Amino acid sequence: MKTESVLEKILAAGHLAVTSECGPPRGALPEKVKEKAEMLRGYVDAINVTDNQTAVVRMSSLSACILIKQLGLDPILQMVTRDRNRLAMQSDILGAYAHGINNMLCLSGDHPCFGDHPMAANVYDLDSMQLIQVVRKMRDEGRFQGGDEIENPPKMFIGAAANPFADPFELRAIRLAKKVKAGVDFIQTQCIYNIDKFGKWMKEICERGLNEKVSILAGITPLKSAGMANYMRNKVPGMDVPEELVKRMAGVPKKDQADEGIKICLETIEQLKTMEGIRGFHIMAIEWEQKVPEIVERAGLLPRPQV
Amino acid sequence: MITAERKPLEEIIEYVRPFGKILLVGCNECVTVCSAGGRKEVGLLSSALQMAFMKEGKMLEIKEMTLERQCDPEYVEELSGHINQVDAVLSMACGCGVQEIAQRYREKPVFPAVNTKFMGASERQGVWSERCQGCGNCLLGLTGGICPVARCSKRLLNGPCGGSTKGKCEINPEIDCAWQLIWDRLKALGQEERYSDIIPAKDWRPSRDGGPRKIIREDLAS
Amino acid sequence: MDTFEPIIVAFCCHYCAYTAADMAGSMRLHYPPNVKIVRVPCSGKVDAIHIMKAFEKGADGVYVAGCLEGDCHFKNGNVKASRRVKYIKELLDEIGIGGERVEMVTMSAGMGPQFAKTAIEMTEKIRKLGPNPVKDMAAKRRRAVGQG
Repeated sequence: MKTESVLEKILAAGHLAVTSECGPPRGALPEKVKEKAEMLRGYVDAINVTDNQTAVVRMSSLSACILIKQLGLDPILQMVTRDRNRLAMQSDILGAYAHGINNMLCLSGDHPCFGDHPMAANVYDLDSMQLIQVVRKMRDEGRFQGGDEIENPPKMFIGAAANPFADPFELRAIRLAKKVKAGVDFIQTQCIYNIDKFGKWMKEICERGLNEKVSILAGITPLKSAGMANYMRNKVPGMDVPEELVKRMAGVPKKDQADEGIKICLETIEQLKTMEGIRGFHIMAIEWEQKVPEIVERAGLLPRPQV
Repeated sequence: MITAERKPLEEIIEYVRPFGKILLVGCNECVTVCSAGGRKEVGLLSSALQMAFMKEGKMLEIKEMTLERQCDPEYVEELSGHINQVDAVLSMACGCGVQEIAQRYREKPVFPAVNTKFMGASERQGVWSERCQGCGNCLLGLTGGICPVARCSKRLLNGPCGGSTKGKCEINPEIDCAWQLIWDRLKALGQEERYSDIIPAKDWRPSRDGGPRKIIREDLAS
Repeated sequence: MDTFEPIIVAFCCHYCAYTAADMAGSMRLHYPPNVKIVRVPCSGKVDAIHIMKAFEKGADGVYVAGCLEGDCHFKNGNVKASRRVKYIKELLDEIGIGGERVEMVTMSAGMGPQFAKTAIEMTEKIRKLGPNPVKDMAAKRRRAVGQG
């Protein structure tokens, strides 16, 4: 074991892991964080805490992670390289570990132009690949990026994202190979709607033997309505929602669309469970967090293993 | 070249409002090529400013000059015969030129008439785009001759991010995804394997992050 | 304001508008004497500074008359001219002179009546807009320079 992470243990024991996410509030509201996290108790193995997601200012991921850790749950500290340089990021990693946080997700982050401070400076001292290298060096070599030794180095279980649906497709498996080379332990993918395309990517991952080196958690986001399906299809860069799915959602009466969305989501999980290389699920129910327990239960992913 | 764009006239007008006679100085180098501050643009701005003040019943006297290179003290010296006859200088050169005038003529106010934009190339007539950020440690040899620092919106050294769509950047469909360009070029060169190398965290000291930069050539320095 | 007679400068391409003006004359078509014609080898030859100087010296309106689209004898001088006119419109708006005082028009050499019509319309339009706001100062400046 590289770390004390529960997520690492669950994956090592060969169980299908389940993670979900919690977006911190846009205010100093600790209760909101606790409420969202409590909802997931017993249903997931670890909770991603987003870092100023979509470049909108929110309570810091680190402080929300601490609140969640204090509840006895396991947070995954998301960290984007957009807002802080390597000094700030490494000091936060030390701080997180000091609070018992031992999972991280290394991301580049959405460009500020999408958020509430489009006028902000864009840091990008590192990219996500380099952040993975930094966290691994801190853990495995006990050294900061600058080379100095760390007293009690933070042992983080290192995650990263992968989007099999972005262009150019031919680069997507190679890019994951780079993340593996950089030292990533687990991957959470972009929301999967196009299972055929995802399967193609997964096949290449397995052919390259990458599934042996990294645990891939499939990204799942239930569609709430036909409108959301359409929006995701047309407006979100790097998202692949096939037309049939939009049609299927639009084909049922409005009041039943949410149920249809959950049904699609459960079917997707069922199909992916048997796909070679899939080690678990990352369920992101956007503005619909209360549905996560139901999805986990109906997908047959309960009870969560105790390790 | 260094590219620039004329400032809004409103801003320029406010700068020169307190003065009766100004020297409007263009530059024959980059800003001439990008049609921002050459002889031609000096003439146009001079005419526009004069009319703006005439409309208010005021005369602004403008002496027009265009120097060979405003970032070079040798040429800035040419203003010495005129500087005492004016109240202020309005420069149409890049920020380097404006500062050269400020340094040489300490007692004379100098104002910028253009916004200096970026180091770029001409895509076609009338269109310029960014190509270089002057990071001080060129990576182009690793990236197929296309710069991720200047041309990727997130300056990712190991892109593309998940937002690359049909060769375009997620922030604007008018912007090419630099990493798509890099990948296409590596393929064209038969250097696909290059992509698998992780470009390590960059040392930004040779860039602006190391403080204001200077080049000293001992063999040339006087 | 009733007595205001605008001065309008028309930069006319030798191959079309200038010939059309000739034709208007020979057809004995009446057009206002306010329009002062400057013959140019191509509308594309009219630079932004020429238009600006016309206003600076007191013209109330300016128009550039080039060939119909696709008919430029120098391929695309008329297209370039029309882009420049657009640029000058913005500049004139910025300094409060009013971009509507400058226009781009196109016609062929055979369109004598069209030439007369354009001249009439432009004169009427500028008459309504009133004098160029820098006109008086321009005259003062001319006198000052003359005396000097």
